[in-house]
Amino acid sequence: MVDQSIIGKRYPGYTFPIERGKVREFAQATKTTNPEYLDAVDAVIPPTWLIASGFWAPPDLPNPVTKLDINLARLLHGGQEFVFHGPPPKAGDVISTESWIDKVYEKEGKRGGTMRFAEMVTEYRDQSGKVVAESRTTMIETGKAPTEGS
Amino acid sequence: MPTWDELQEGSAPDAREYGPITRTDMVRYQGASGDFNPIHHDEEFAKSAGYPSVFSVGMLQAGILAGFATDWLGASNVRRYAVQFREQVWPGDKVVCSGTVTRTYEEDGERKVDVDLLCTREASGGAAIKGEATFVVP
Repeated sequence: MVDQSIIGKRYPGYTFPIERGKVREFAQATKTTNPEYLDAVDAVIPPTWLIASGFWAPPDLPNPVTKLDINLARLLHGGQEFVFHGPPPKAGDVISTESWIDKVYEKEGKRGGTMRFAEMVTEYRDQSGKVVAESRTTMIETGKAPTEGS
Repeated sequence: MPTWDELQEGSAPDAREYGPITRTDMVRYQGASGDFNPIHHDEEFAKSAGYPSVFSVGMLQAGILAGFATDWLGASNVRRYAVQFREQVWPGDKVVCSGTVTRTYEEDGERKVDVDLLCTREASGGAAIKGEATFVVP
């Protein structure tokens, strides 16, 4: 079982700039031609763009996921959520992150034996210190080799 | 973009087909996102892990479905986007994105819509991504 003391413990993350070129690159890679992403000087980020901010994470950043006793070979990305407290951040904004493990629980799987779930939340603050977005990553550790998920 | 009056429970844009999704699409997404898990681009690695070939990054089809939703309701208007990953997407798959309004309401002085979103694999008809989103309607 997981050490419950890890739940809710906040890990400082990293700071990154939202660059227009990275917004355009991501929009094109996800097959949208929306001019709000491609043409605006202060392009707004696509809904899933924050997943790419890991480019700015230092390699030795303490990651709460490593505190979970998880078999990475059995790990699936089960779900992903982004919440924005207003229009999503834009090119030119500078964002800082903080992450924590919010929940850990188990379920009986139909195909994969007992599955363990862990939900990690990341909070994103802009240059004024305001929380502008949150993401929630649901990770699943399956009992057998995964056949679904990503 | 549809107006508030045009958006009602059950409103749906035309579904849109994307693909076939190629290995190049997967590599391009991995480069854009910084997720370099080799299971999505290294054929030998994927086969040694027991898969018939490389398969797409779940966040690629989640991103395609997000783009479909923001093309419909506006990139600046999204307030929540959530997905569950279901069937894997394989090289050569075509995927079809669709969406439906499930609720229209006012909250904190803003008009909002909740929508259900779906990205299905054409080959199986099965869901690759099940999504939900909330948008404001200016």
